[in-house]
Amino acid sequence: MGKVFGAVAGVGAVGALYAMKKSWDPLPSVKAAGFTTIDLSAAEPNKLMVEKWRGKPIFVLKKTPEMVAKQSAEQTARDIVVNGDSFLICIGLCTHLGCIPAYREAKLDFKCACHGGEFDSSGIETKAPPPSPMVIPPFNVKGNTVVLGEEGEAYRKMKEAGVLA
Amino acid sequence: MAHFTKATSVHDWLNQRLAIDTLQRVLSKEYWIPKNINFLWAMGMVLAFTFGILLVSGIFLLMYYQPNVDTAFDSVNYTIMREVDFGWLWRHVHAVAASVVFLIIYIHMLTGIYYGSYKKGREMIWISGMLLFVAFSAEAFSGYMLPWGQMSYWAGMVITNLFSLGSLEFNGLVEWIRGDYVPGQAFLDRFFMLHVLLIPLAILGVIGLHFGALRIPHVNNQDGEEFDFEEEAAKYKAGNKKESKVIAFANDFLSKDMFVVSIYLIFFFYLVFWHFGFAMDPINFDPADGLKTPPHIYPEWYFLWSYEILRPFPKDPGLVAFGFAQVIFFLLPWFDRSPNAVPASRRGLFFFWFWAMVIDLIVLTAMGKLPPVGVYSLIGKVAAYAFIALWVILPFITRNEKRV
Ligand code: FES
Repeated sequence: MGKVFGAVAGVGAVGALYAMKKSWDPLPSVKAAGFTTIDLSAAEPNKLMVEKWRGKPIFVLKKTPEMVAKQSAEQTARDIVVNGDSFLICIGLCTHLGCIPAYREAKLDFKCACHGGEFDSSGIETKAPPPSPMVIPPFNVKGNTVVLGEEGEAYRKMKEAGVLA
Repeated sequence: MAHFTKATSVHDWLNQRLAIDTLQRVLSKEYWIPKNINFLWAMGMVLAFTFGILLVSGIFLLMYYQPNVDTAFDSVNYTIMREVDFGWLWRHVHAVAASVVFLIIYIHMLTGIYYGSYKKGREMIWISGMLLFVAFSAEAFSGYMLPWGQMSYWAGMVITNLFSLGSLEFNGLVEWIRGDYVPGQAFLDRFFMLHVLLIPLAILGVIGLHFGALRIPHVNNQDGEEFDFEEEAAKYKAGNKKESKVIAFANDFLSKDMFVVSIYLIFFFYLVFWHFGFAMDPINFDPADGLKTPPHIYPEWYFLWSYEILRPFPKDPGLVAFGFAQVIFFLLPWFDRSPNAVPASRRGLFFFWFWAMVIDLIVLTAMGKLPPVGVYSLIGKVAAYAFIALWVILPFITRNEKRV
């Protein structure tokens, strides 16, 4: 009797826990709302544009030719080139605890006010606590626009080169 | 079936069915409290009262609050504050009580530490008390989300991000907790549920455990004196109240407890009516905006010390230090190696340890509020290291303590 009860209770408990776990997962409608198209023709050099994708802010920064010229190889590897212009496109959340860093046009960098983290104009962290660069979301370049949420050719190349995070 | 006789009074009728005389005896008339304790021992009753106040005011807020990302902010700041008669009162009572309850918890905890009330058979009282602290922290955090202002949103963002556990990048876990990529409707709904149902239920349960844990080892006293409660109780019952070292909980001790509670309530309502602002963050009067972070994010004052332990380190060590600060107090009964359950003033080095800890917590709290720049980050860093160092040396300084 005891064993039968134990078996029934065990199966029931596992089933209930599974259902509870799944009920807390993001809803399908939330997961599906995944694609955003950004028109880059309006972007001005060295002016930060902020868009929204999956509820998160997306930083779009068109770089000036001087900025591109001064970049290191590591920085250039993160550039997204659209119609000959270089862009930084990344999720605008600090990789420390997720605050939104502010762009400082004069210093060409991002400052996270929460705990003092800093990133350069390619989103690479230059001052702790953030442990890694700001994340580049999946993108696909189409003419003068990028679609976020879609993995295009350039994105896959970046992924292979390991420069996304 | 038990034998019932015709009742002679309402009291007798109830007594036959609910044994109210026995209950009253066990729970109050013959529940023994040492005579030799000071007003700091009344903090338990003060906390019970404050919890009651939170419950009642919460029920009134619950009737008009709307857990929806579009209407939550206005339901609090417009409907409850302006439309509902006395809505402002419930809100201020609730907010002030939520803040003050932590002040009293800290006093209660530090009293326990100072008088060694976690030692020798009283470990479960301490552990259940720490569980209550954790439950109250979760309750406070989930409640802080509900007005859906800027601080709510960003505190929710930052705290839930902690669950990615640093470089382990458990982003799936974070999204599971939120039910979305960012705090949103699913997040607000589930935190609402946690705040009004699940966590309060857990708190009630743990309060029961905390009280139960007191029954066998009994309450400590001001000198840490060990005495035979049964013997002392027998003296008391024989009418020898003067010589007995104990008194009954009700009505003897309760009258003193209630005196402290009434003084506290004067202070409490003074805050509610004249200084409610301290419990509210100005930034939370801006509606939540996922595309704009406030310049400087900090938690409510009662979490500042542990927040400051997180802040001065790089991400992973910071998380480890933060986790350390959350659990270490649970282990106090084992870190303190001395057998003495007496006031810190009679324990040599431990006395200095106690006050160093108090000062360190105050420094951490102050630095946690200030922006993380220049000399403040340095002081914060030193205080965070000091916190860890104090715990590391505790077993060594208490091991050789003289027996008193
Ligand atoms: S969230 Fe940016 S430094 Fe902490």
